[in-house]
Amino acid sequence: MSARRTHVSAIVNGDPAEFLTDPGATLLDALRDTLGLTGSKEGCGSGDCGACSVILDGRLVCSCLVLAVEAEGRRVETIEGMADGGRLHPLQQKFLEHAALQCGFCTPGLLVASKALLEVNPDPTESEARYWLAGNLCRCTGYDKIIRAVLDAAAELRQEPAKRRETV
Amino acid sequence: MSQVDFIAPTSADQAVQALLAGGGGARPLGGGTDLLVQLRSGRLAAGLIVDLKRIPEAIGVRKVDGGFVIGAATPGIALGEHRALGLAWPGVVEAANLIGSTQVQGRASMAGNLCNASPAADSVPALVAARATCLIVGPAGRRMAPAETIVVGPGRTSLAPGEFVLEIHLPPRPLRAADAYLRSIPRTEMDIAVVGAAVNLTLDAAGIVTDAHVALGAVAPTVLLVPDAAAALVGSPLDADALARLDQAARAACRPISDKRGTAEFRTKIAGVLARRAATLAHGRAGKRV
Amino acid sequence: MTDVLERPATAPLDDGRLKVVGGRPIRPDGADKVTGKAAYGADFALPGMLVGKVKRSPHAHARIVSIDTRRARAVPGVKAIVTAADFPDLASEEYEAGESASNLRDLAHNVMARDKALYDGHAVAAVAATSSAAADEALALIDITYEVLPHVIDIEAAMAPDAPLLHPHLFTAGLAARPDRPSNIAKRNEITRGDLTEGFAEADVIVEGRYTTAAVHQGYIEPHACVATFAADGQAQVWSSSQGQFMIRAYCAKLLGLDSSNIRVTPAEIGGGFGGKTTVYLEPLALALSRQCGAPVKMVMTREEVFRATGPTSGAVMTVKLGAKADGTITAADVVLKYQAGAFPGSPVGAGSMTALACYDIPNFSIVGHDVVTNSPKVAAYRAPGAPIAAFAVESAVDDLALKLGMDPIAIRMKNAVRDGTKAAYGPTYRDIGYVETLEAIADHPHYAAPLGPGQGRGVAAGFWFNIGGESTAAVNLSEDGSAVVITGNPDIGGSRASMAMMAAEVLGLPMEKVRPIVADTASIGFSMLTGGSRTTFATGMAVIQAAQKVVEDLKARGAMLMDVAKDQVAFIDGAVVCLDPAKGKGDLTIAAIAAKSAQTGGPIGAQVSLTAQGAGPGFGVHVCDVEVDPETGHVTVLRYTAAQDVGKAIHPAYVEGQVQGGVAQGVGWALNEEYVFGADGRMDNAGFLDYRVPVASDLPMIDTVLVEVANPRHPYGAKGVGEVPIVPPLAAVANAVRAAIGKRLTDLPLSPPKIRAAIDAR
Repeated sequence: MSARRTHVSAIVNGDPAEFLTDPGATLLDALRDTLGLTGSKEGCGSGDCGACSVILDGRLVCSCLVLAVEAEGRRVETIEGMADGGRLHPLQQKFLEHAALQCGFCTPGLLVASKALLEVNPDPTESEARYWLAGNLCRCTGYDKIIRAVLDAAAELRQEPAKRRETV
Repeated sequence: MSQVDFIAPTSADQAVQALLAGGGGARPLGGGTDLLVQLRSGRLAAGLIVDLKRIPEAIGVRKVDGGFVIGAATPGIALGEHRALGLAWPGVVEAANLIGSTQVQGRASMAGNLCNASPAADSVPALVAARATCLIVGPAGRRMAPAETIVVGPGRTSLAPGEFVLEIHLPPRPLRAADAYLRSIPRTEMDIAVVGAAVNLTLDAAGIVTDAHVALGAVAPTVLLVPDAAAALVGSPLDADALARLDQAARAACRPISDKRGTAEFRTKIAGVLARRAATLAHGRAGKRV
Repeated sequence: MTDVLERPATAPLDDGRLKVVGGRPIRPDGADKVTGKAAYGADFALPGMLVGKVKRSPHAHARIVSIDTRRARAVPGVKAIVTAADFPDLASEEYEAGESASNLRDLAHNVMARDKALYDGHAVAAVAATSSAAADEALALIDITYEVLPHVIDIEAAMAPDAPLLHPHLFTAGLAARPDRPSNIAKRNEITRGDLTEGFAEADVIVEGRYTTAAVHQGYIEPHACVATFAADGQAQVWSSSQGQFMIRAYCAKLLGLDSSNIRVTPAEIGGGFGGKTTVYLEPLALALSRQCGAPVKMVMTREEVFRATGPTSGAVMTVKLGAKADGTITAADVVLKYQAGAFPGSPVGAGSMTALACYDIPNFSIVGHDVVTNSPKVAAYRAPGAPIAAFAVESAVDDLALKLGMDPIAIRMKNAVRDGTKAAYGPTYRDIGYVETLEAIADHPHYAAPLGPGQGRGVAAGFWFNIGGESTAAVNLSEDGSAVVITGNPDIGGSRASMAMMAAEVLGLPMEKVRPIVADTASIGFSMLTGGSRTTFATGMAVIQAAQKVVEDLKARGAMLMDVAKDQVAFIDGAVVCLDPAKGKGDLTIAAIAAKSAQTGGPIGAQVSLTAQGAGPGFGVHVCDVEVDPETGHVTVLRYTAAQDVGKAIHPAYVEGQVQGGVAQGVGWALNEEYVFGADGRMDNAGFLDYRVPVASDLPMIDTVLVEVANPRHPYGAKGVGEVPIVPPLAAVANAVRAAIGKRLTDLPLSPPKIRAAIDAR
């Protein structure tokens, strides 16, 4: 019937995480069902909506397209690791200030994707932000306030480089 | 999907052994952006997944003998980050960077795109027009094969049991050579190409085309290398006349289907349009490469 | 960018000095939503929880000859299996629990097929097992014998006399005499006024068009999800991402033959609904499975299931004929609407008929609507159900009329605009509407005068939606420290929770941070009609305001008691009870001070109000859209979009803007790329986000909004519903812009590149 479960050791949001998984399970399954990190969402299971976005060894990926076993020895960053303790990341704060979320379901994926954007391009144009985030579907907002929040957060992060850089 | 087993070999030979041992149910894993979708939907059944990403040669872009060697599991986004590759092969890089979303780009590889053998694969027309070759590793050893010989039909490759693509090789670039890839999709992102066109040109000092390769995607069961389209360009300054002949030759070569993504008639017309536009783009780029 | 244009305030509580209402505070549930902590339906887990999955018909139309579950039951880990046999066989009965009346028998047969599978994806059985793999194995081993029948999905084919019949006992309702043969036309409705022949005779110019649209899905990113648990004493609990926990309770009670009092439904956070989550799909199945085995059951749809088996909205075939005098006065309108209902009757053709001409004051018209069943998923409500479809046809025809007359598109609409006192095409007399102001807002907007380049075109369209009131309950309770909790029963799909807190805070004179809103389960708050119909800020808001006002009256009485003065000697000003007679020398008493002494003055301070809100204000929208069309590829780029809407009063302007922008985005997708594609076998061909193409971030520009505030005096702050109007104009706004860009009218949605290229080639 099902194959032998595999032991995986990874670093999740900066902390060591160990879990057992079916070889065929996705990283999204492991995060949500095994590690209890339900912030990453399944919207489609086929890599078309971005609601499951995480950062894997510094690369933005859909966790529904990564096998849990592939996370062995790798660093995973999820929405749950974005705030610094009780202090929201500027992106999170700007999303709230700009009302860049309505139902909030796509929001974790969008925040992770936006964080990844600003790490490679701290001063994106509106067009660059839109194309980078094209893999994150939102059905509620029409994207307007999301893009404004991202560009506003980018501006804030450019002004205070020492204070806010993430270290994982 | 819980019937699968998983192994992550650390050498190419280990991978060959694993693929052989897994028999018909063994699949090599690059970025996984096609494989996982197909396993989940039931389109594919796998017994053993052989992850290539821990094999050193499978990741990275290296300059070798004037050309480039690209590891089979190198994600598209890494290609875009490689400055020299982007300068020499802007068409190949832009084609690879059009596959899916930024998230998909973080994983999907050109070799995976090629071996998935979709008629609409974005990187394949550019690789074929670039005259890319593949290093294939298998039980009989290593061999090189042109990229266009890998795909034999939708979802089918010419690879023998136990074989997999380890590297993609791009030939050295002469001066004044450049390529371009364009595709037609209904939205601005995220769609499978309805038509794809890649043009690879070399110019002489006067701007005359001395060498050309034109490849079309999504208009036939496999990517089409169109010699007539290339012939329409060679010896010309890429004037309106040459572009019109290119358009015609591209359209004549198409054998598209009508499906939920586009009609055959539309695909044929657009093939001509994109071939012209890609040629113009490549010509402009080549003129700057001295 | 947003402009807010106001008429002088005429709403009862809007004195022009509002402190909270009209501002943009951060939403109270925001921190949880940006940190991934908010719990949606699929995020729940209970000990011993099983995985529930559904077996679905692979045939578009088939008789279910037999179902044998013996092999499936033998799979280790399988704990329960249900089919239609496990549900009561309901009689046909109209029942109102969702956004409109549903036929309970049809609902039951949609949730679980009985006798016949009527669409690809129709549920025929469900299992609960200890693991996903065991559930999958069991599904594969359920042996079902089907007798495949011819299917029909195309509307006009379904209406033809020789069409395959979905329901042998369906006779067209709404005709003068009941027909003697059954058909797929469930209902015909008609609205008429004046004399159509005379009206057209008076016309100097006539335009005619035939318009077609495809079925489109609400496209919420969160698939349906619920957890249900049935205890041994017959008490059940459900957690579900839904637009209405009371609706779920009511439907599940009926479908399972239970008492409502034995079902407690807790609303999870909901990841989008747009009307698509105003009905039940999984909840009755999860309850039935849990009842059978005594363990909690979690059911989550895959994206493919969402597309194949949950309601899209109708595809449609429509004809519009308009006649007008040379000065632009429309003298006659003849509209015929044929809407696809899916497998069971109930398309929104009625609402489409009522809204089709709602923006126009036309003396002679006929609107005929047909509700047609087809072998496709039963349609569900989608944001202003029925209205965008009819508006696409009418607004395209009005655009053609303007062209023929050489008139500006805003001017022709102004010429025929409904105003206060106009009798609406659907019956009532309009009061306090802002349609003309909305037209003016667009006419005066810089977008309307901006120059256009080659290959670019501009389109204008108007739209209308009724907005509803309905039943709501709200409670406001004060804590000992003088902070307040506002309890309502409406799931928050767009930020309404914030608006509830704002309105309560305004009445109580408290800052937002001291007023905490919660959305309660069916046992913890009185009945509320579901979140839909753009009703929550209006109706539930009204209940919140009234409850807060009761608290204020109570505070005044207690304040007077503490001050030892008569009650008519105090007032409530800025969150404090104030003695009106300064000679008495009484200091102000804040809410906190009074709350601290509540035990001495009569006990805990709180109030609950249940009401049926009347006087909901209808809304109007006018949109202008610029596109550029690539003439060789047919690709459309939306360059610029401005949406003006009559919102009454924007309680929280950022969330009102968000509703407008979201509706526009959905409308643009509907116009350009979204459609259900069926194969020759009747199976959905594009049941995923790859080939069902919703707009992505790079497809859209910034969406500018103009909030026109013509107060609705029947709401304390003047609010009108806002959520649905924005999706009504975009289909025609985009289509009219494309027409302007390429010089040719396309009447078949979506306007995909192959169609546009073909139209250009045929010029």
